[in-house]
Amino acid sequence: MPTVAVDKEDLWERLGYKYTTEEFDKLCFDFGIELDEDTTAEVEEAKRKGLPTERPQLKIEIPANRYDLLCIEGIARALRIFLGKDQPPEYKLVYPPGGEDNLLTVAVAPETKQIRPYFACAILRNLHFTPRSYASFIDLQDKLHQNLCRRRQFVAIGTHDLDTIEAPFRYEARNPKNIKFVPLGKDKEYTAEELMTVYESEKHLARYLHIIRDSPVYPIIYDQKDRVLSMPPIINSEHSKITLNTKNVFIDVTATDETKLGIVVNIISTMFSEYCSEPFTIEPCKVVYSSGETRITPDISSRPSVAHTSYINSCTGLTLSSSQIATLLRRMSLPTEPSLDNPAEDILVLIPPVRPDILHECDIMEDAAIAYGFNNLPERFPKTSTVGQPLALSKLSDVVRLEWALAGWVEVLPLILCSHEENFEWLNRPDDSLAVKIANPKTLEFQVVRTSLLPGLLKTVRENRSHPLPIRIFETSDVVFKDKTLEKQARNERHAAAVWCNKSAGFEVVHGLLDRIMAMLEVPRIGSTDHKARTGYYIKECSDPTFFPGRAATIYYRAPPKAGKLSALESLKKDVLHMPVDLAIGTLGILHPSVLEKFEIGYPCSAVEFNLEPFQKEMHADWTEGDVKSAKPPPVL
Amino acid sequence: MAEALQQLILDTLDTHGTIRDTRTLVIPGQKEAAASQDAQVSILGALNSLASRDMITYTTHETLSHVLTPEGAQIALEGSHEARVWAALPSKGEGEPVSPAELKQKVGDEAAKVGQGRAFKNGWIAKEGSGLVKLALSIQDKTQLDMREVDSTGTLKDGEKALAELRKRKLIIQRKGQWFAVQKGPSFSTSIAKLETDLTVESLTSGAWKTATFKKYNFEADGIPTNGGALHPLLKVREEIRNIFLEMGFTEMPTSSFVESGFWCFDSLFVPQQHPAREVQDTFYLSDPSVSLPPPKSYYERVSKVHEHGGFGSTGYRAPWSDAESRKLLLRTHTTASSSAMLYKLAARCRGEADTDAVDHADLAHEHGKVLAQTSGGAGSVPSGSVATGQDDGFRPAKLFSIDRVFRNETMDATHLAEFHQVEGVVADKGITLGDLLGFMKVFFEKLGLENLRFKPAYNPYTEPSMEIFAFHPQLKKWVEIGNSGMFRPEMLEPMGFPKDVRVLGWGLGLERPTMIRYGITNIRTLVGHKVSIEGVEKSPAVMF
Repeated sequence: MPTVAVDKEDLWERLGYKYTTEEFDKLCFDFGIELDEDTTAEVEEAKRKGLPTERPQLKIEIPANRYDLLCIEGIARALRIFLGKDQPPEYKLVYPPGGEDNLLTVAVAPETKQIRPYFACAILRNLHFTPRSYASFIDLQDKLHQNLCRRRQFVAIGTHDLDTIEAPFRYEARNPKNIKFVPLGKDKEYTAEELMTVYESEKHLARYLHIIRDSPVYPIIYDQKDRVLSMPPIINSEHSKITLNTKNVFIDVTATDETKLGIVVNIISTMFSEYCSEPFTIEPCKVVYSSGETRITPDISSRPSVAHTSYINSCTGLTLSSSQIATLLRRMSLPTEPSLDNPAEDILVLIPPVRPDILHECDIMEDAAIAYGFNNLPERFPKTSTVGQPLALSKLSDVVRLEWALAGWVEVLPLILCSHEENFEWLNRPDDSLAVKIANPKTLEFQVVRTSLLPGLLKTVRENRSHPLPIRIFETSDVVFKDKTLEKQARNERHAAAVWCNKSAGFEVVHGLLDRIMAMLEVPRIGSTDHKARTGYYIKECSDPTFFPGRAATIYYRAPPKAGKLSALESLKKDVLHMPVDLAIGTLGILHPSVLEKFEIGYPCSAVEFNLEPFQKEMHADWTEGDVKSAKPPPVL
Repeated sequence: MAEALQQLILDTLDTHGTIRDTRTLVIPGQKEAAASQDAQVSILGALNSLASRDMITYTTHETLSHVLTPEGAQIALEGSHEARVWAALPSKGEGEPVSPAELKQKVGDEAAKVGQGRAFKNGWIAKEGSGLVKLALSIQDKTQLDMREVDSTGTLKDGEKALAELRKRKLIIQRKGQWFAVQKGPSFSTSIAKLETDLTVESLTSGAWKTATFKKYNFEADGIPTNGGALHPLLKVREEIRNIFLEMGFTEMPTSSFVESGFWCFDSLFVPQQHPAREVQDTFYLSDPSVSLPPPKSYYERVSKVHEHGGFGSTGYRAPWSDAESRKLLLRTHTTASSSAMLYKLAARCRGEADTDAVDHADLAHEHGKVLAQTSGGAGSVPSGSVATGQDDGFRPAKLFSIDRVFRNETMDATHLAEFHQVEGVVADKGITLGDLLGFMKVFFEKLGLENLRFKPAYNPYTEPSMEIFAFHPQLKKWVEIGNSGMFRPEMLEPMGFPKDVRVLGWGLGLERPTMIRYGITNIRTLVGHKVSIEGVEKSPAVMF
């Protein structure tokens, strides 16, 4: 969420009231913005110490979709209307004398399609800047650039002293070698190519260079005399820069996205039109595309939209009339007109150009609810009647967690992301290409999603050196494997794992833990050569480099047979070859000393890990409102 | 030894009637009176044992005495630094003078450094050339003698000034000591009856318990620690919250899909493709695998259309749409990705897909486990009474919840981890309102011990209205943000196939924050991850909100 710093005294003056911090905090809370910080105390403190200070500021957090609140002008305007002190302003386009024919024109060259195809502009006439309104103007551009414009990638804004340049203007895209001008803040000419190097070392501009650097052509705006206005999205020219004395401002906006282009030119021109000699007026311009298509920009017409009283009431739980709703909406800067056809139900809302956040009737409904006050809405407990039900997998996990804790083991909660070596090399496991790999981790050790619970458990043992031996820890949680058959190309698998660490390795200890949970799950222990048993589990020696030679085993599970669930191969094995269909669900063993060394553990350890999913119980379908079974015929007597 | 000491105390009392000062006792096996503090500690043990049988009573007196520091103890044993320096040198003219470097090797750095100065000052040693030699033929190592005196008597005959000097040199420290005056108790006797400490099977069988005298039990002492296991505190809070949902009739959603696509994690929720949450700074994207299979085709088309061109009464975002962005694989940033998939499934019958297994995308059933119970009305079901038209539009109300891990590409600090747990609740029904959401929140959070709630308007791309939930926290004594809630947007629900009049309420909160407040933890890394202390887990109290 963007934070906007506003001058406290100026805001009080605009609102016509000196709020206490608490009062203003409450106002913000109700309106849906947040008072983050009041620097008054800080400033007073600095003053006492005789340090240079700025004027006290309020730092206000703004919802990310309210571009109309990114400056003091917008915040004060919206709050005054919310408080009922003003009506929503009517923004007007004022044509130059002579009308449309005399509009300032900008020709857009076809080459711009390769890099930044959309252009819009606006003129603010007879402005009077003060140092603070000037700073606010610059700050709003920056706020828009950082948020909606995604660091100038989507949209870039340039502002110029119109009296230093001569229309018509041309928006072109040229080879950077053929662009040469004095950029803002410099005293000599550079080619665009040179600027790419010069700005490399200027941090505030360096981060925008990538947007156009590798393009064969760079966007550039010229006036009639071939003077550069700006090279979007990097820099304006020194020549046309605005100053405190600028009277007439030309705003250029270039974009890769036409919707955002419109939003930005509307916000910047409507917000600062209040400083024009006739407030809230904007002089439009004509943008002529190479196709011959022309656009008058900015388009600040309201978008008429119908809101329905019944809809708003049905969402809020209120029983308001259309006129009551209209009153609420006006407090949110949404002018309304009564509908002629159905005044009790329909409300014609004229969505102003400063509210691009309104996409749907639900956004209007929200504004009505905010104006009514969320905390004033009637509270009600939903009638929705349903039966609660846990997930089979969660229930199973909880059984394992509880039984193992009762058996004297301690549950731990390591991280799911780990490094490649922790997941593979350190366990003496080759990369089986089954782990999901992360492309852009900020923390370097997060390279893969674990495919085993062991690394986390072993790291926990490592970090708990001071714990008296034996250490007995376990975790039941998910690992992730790649799976090409699934839409998301990966699947979670619920595992249970435990590590025992003591002065002797204790294979039989983790084996006992396995036996215990199988007993609790009513899975009988069967012989590894017993082909006849219907269901059960057994362990069978295996060679696994994670474990000590001769002290490692695979855990096999034979699920109870289910009709019609066997694959052709399984049926063949079972019915023709009389071989049981047993699932390898995990391993246990004494950890190999080289594994212990990698995890910096000085004591022998044994570990068990297996897949829990085959032990899930099927859950019953719930009975819910609307589910009725048709009656059976009555018994015949 | 313990018994002999007890006997000595009883005998002494028997002879003298009282013991004025236990420091005068000579402990059996010792030659001198028990002046040291260690001896008094042994005597205290004997006194307590006798007092517990009412054989004696005693009063405690405190003294200040001195004990040696490790350095002082070394001096008592090996001599002072200066004496060791002196001893290490040859007498003048009787050998090669010792260079400072050699001296260090002989007596160690510390002794050489401190000892040289003092030995010079005492006139014990002198320089010869670049080396050192003995000057005095014999010396008296006063410091060593002092140390030995303090060690045996706890003080110095030289008095407080000398003691203060030694304290300054950090050779001795002051320690509080105790001694005792002893009188006969009500059950005084010179013979110590053997006391039983516990009721045993032998004494039950023999009947000896009837005549035996039992030792007094020390009710101030701790019991013997148990040796069971323990559950992790965060997961204890998870269980408590799960129980609250189950009490309120919620069904747990399958969330076993850490890997999601941009489509399910964002697009299906009407999060714009240009939203900052989708940037690489905030979300973990995958390099392998990196692209999902296509989502269900017709649904995908409805979703992309509502984003790019609008529809269902919305203008849409009217921003360029990228298939590639939609297909990017990532680690889910919220469990709402799973909720979205469940809601899509819940709407299957509204879309006219009678059997949820026959959705245009068979994988979903596999990925999300069992078909959600609420959707399985079965062939015999009849229209819900709440449907005004009398036609069954296939909708069934649902209350769903999940608590599972989510991932954010954050730099880790005391309050942020790259993975944490999200609690989420969803209610889908017709005729429910924001007022129901408020009511639900009230009941839900009351069960969590938070009674005073306030709601603040907020922005969230998939809910409108969106409300941040604040509570006055009884432990923190201030208003804190505890979660987010709202009503899912029509642009999210209608492309799934829900009828227009279905409203879906949702809310979410982190699991870590209430847990940290519950246990008074300020650093999240002591709660989650491998750096958590096992002992901390063992000692975490139970959770009852």
